[in-house]
Amino acid sequence: MWGRIEMKKGDAWFKAVTFGFALSIPFLLLILILILLIQSWSSISHFGFGFIFGNVWDPLADKFSALPFIYGTLVSSLIALAIAVPLGMGCAIYLSEISHSKVKEYIAVMVELLAAIPSVVYGLWGIFVLGPWLTRVIPGMKYGSCLLTGGVILAIMILPTITAISREVFQAVPNSLRESALALGATRWETFRLAVFGPALSGIVGAIILGLGRALGETMAVTMVIGNRPEISASLFEPSYTLASVIANEFAEATSSLNLSALIELALILLVLTIIVNGIARLLVWKTTLKYNPN
Amino acid sequence: MIKKFLAVLISTALLSGAAFAATLNGAGATFPYPIYVKWNSIYSNKTGVQVNYQGIGSGGGIRQFSSGVVDFGGSDAPLTEAQIDAAGGDVLHIPTVMGAVVVSYNLQGVSGLKLDSDVLAGIFLGKIKNWNDPAVAALNPGENFPDKAILVAHRSDGSGTTSIFTDYLAKVSLKWASQVGAGTAVSWPAGVGGKGNAGVAGQIKVNDGAIGYVELSYAMTNNLSVAALKNKAGRYIVPTLDSTSAAADGAMASSKIKKMISSGDFRLNLNNAPGVDSYPIVGMTWILVHKNQKDAEKGRALVDYLKWILSDGQQYVSELLYAPLPSSVRSKVLNAVNGIKI
Repeated sequence: MWGRIEMKKGDAWFKAVTFGFALSIPFLLLILILILLIQSWSSISHFGFGFIFGNVWDPLADKFSALPFIYGTLVSSLIALAIAVPLGMGCAIYLSEISHSKVKEYIAVMVELLAAIPSVVYGLWGIFVLGPWLTRVIPGMKYGSCLLTGGVILAIMILPTITAISREVFQAVPNSLRESALALGATRWETFRLAVFGPALSGIVGAIILGLGRALGETMAVTMVIGNRPEISASLFEPSYTLASVIANEFAEATSSLNLSALIELALILLVLTIIVNGIARLLVWKTTLKYNPN
Repeated sequence: MIKKFLAVLISTALLSGAAFAATLNGAGATFPYPIYVKWNSIYSNKTGVQVNYQGIGSGGGIRQFSSGVVDFGGSDAPLTEAQIDAAGGDVLHIPTVMGAVVVSYNLQGVSGLKLDSDVLAGIFLGKIKNWNDPAVAALNPGENFPDKAILVAHRSDGSGTTSIFTDYLAKVSLKWASQVGAGTAVSWPAGVGGKGNAGVAGQIKVNDGAIGYVELSYAMTNNLSVAALKNKAGRYIVPTLDSTSAAADGAMASSKIKKMISSGDFRLNLNNAPGVDSYPIVGMTWILVHKNQKDAEKGRALVDYLKWILSDGQQYVSELLYAPLPSSVRSKVLNAVNGIKI
């Protein structure tokens, strides 16, 4: 429509300004990647691909590699999702489909409160309460600072995100769909499964992605409970380390330029990791929406 | 009320504008941050000279100092020759205060733990894994050690405390020196990392069987149980401000340190100092300045400030649980400060 009809001056300005704003987002991302690339170049050229697959992180010997951190980041986030997705979805289903409006209000407020707690508070609570409790409850767990505790803390932190958004998504499904399912004699569960879940699916995946994004990038709470040990261990009860944590921990005191550059390369890897994870999730959304809404 | 407040605000703004002499900017180590902030506020009240110090870490401080962003840097570890070259070559290390690093532990049924350097290194190397190890019991006759795995807690963030502690271990243990080394961040052979003194102390507190290291001031304010360490003279010394000062005095007696001081090199290593009362893990923190100041006005302000912290300023040191510099060193450092070319 633009262009065919002669534009008013105001419209032209409007278009130009908003176009500029829209452009600023990809521009920012590009600049970010570019700066990270430039600053990490000495590490990239020094270590090559070995950086990604290596196992050593020794600031004194100027030997750096990323695999233990990538492992810790991915596994802790996966644990978080494994706990938070069923829990958050269940909560959201109850809130939107079953509960009375009074209960709904109270729980919704509490979920939002959970989201507003600063991560350092979660971290302290993780050290002094969650970690010791997990060691008492889970046999074989020797100390509170480990990959599992990190994952559980993350789960609690992303729970409000997943719950709140899923609830919104469920509520956005038109009531007429529910009514028609009920009219056909469906039970509450069948109504949810047939009439609500399908249309809401892409939104749910969106909620999970947002939660995952927070889990991948979370720094403070995780570093306080994960044990900060750059090692890959098959056991979830052993200490681990994440990309964001090591950057936060070592950046201020990194003295050698290669150390600094390696930390920035970790940041680049974290960024790329998030982009890949996001891409996969988008693909999933696209596929599932195609399945449920072929048109 | 608001009017009054505004009037005060404006008048102080005007006054400070009138008294404006120079502003000094510094950045670096977090270990001396509390005392630097205290000094700066007292000093600016006294003289009107504004001194800003950002506790961004020694590494960041050294970088900002080298690139000329700040007028002075703060570091818990002396610069290497390469770092001095990168900063322009004319770097003066000015020691300001000293502190001790203590070994803190949490073990039910055991109080008054005693350790020597071999056992301490063995524990942190991950070679001594259980509290019932005979090597530990041999140093603590009368104590009953449980069958409990040792959990080593160390700093996960780069830190001057780690630098002092690992330097001590490297000094007393060949194995530590060859396998791990000394620095603000090292590749730890064992244990879990906690962020900051509080992170390490937290790990120790919640885990029965844990052992770690924190700054003396932190351990004292939080009443942590600390181990007595065997010093060079063979005595077990509990960390206190007095035994920290004793270590400095002991170190000053050595001919090597004497020679360094008289040549104006203050990169003194106080770890494992001789002397019967010396606590073995002690370090100093430095302010880094250029020997040749480019800006005359700033240079003069900086010299005055440094002179003040080395003389009057030292009286505020012990209340913040740092150990003041021995007077013999102070006079030599003052000479060096006077030699700064403006």
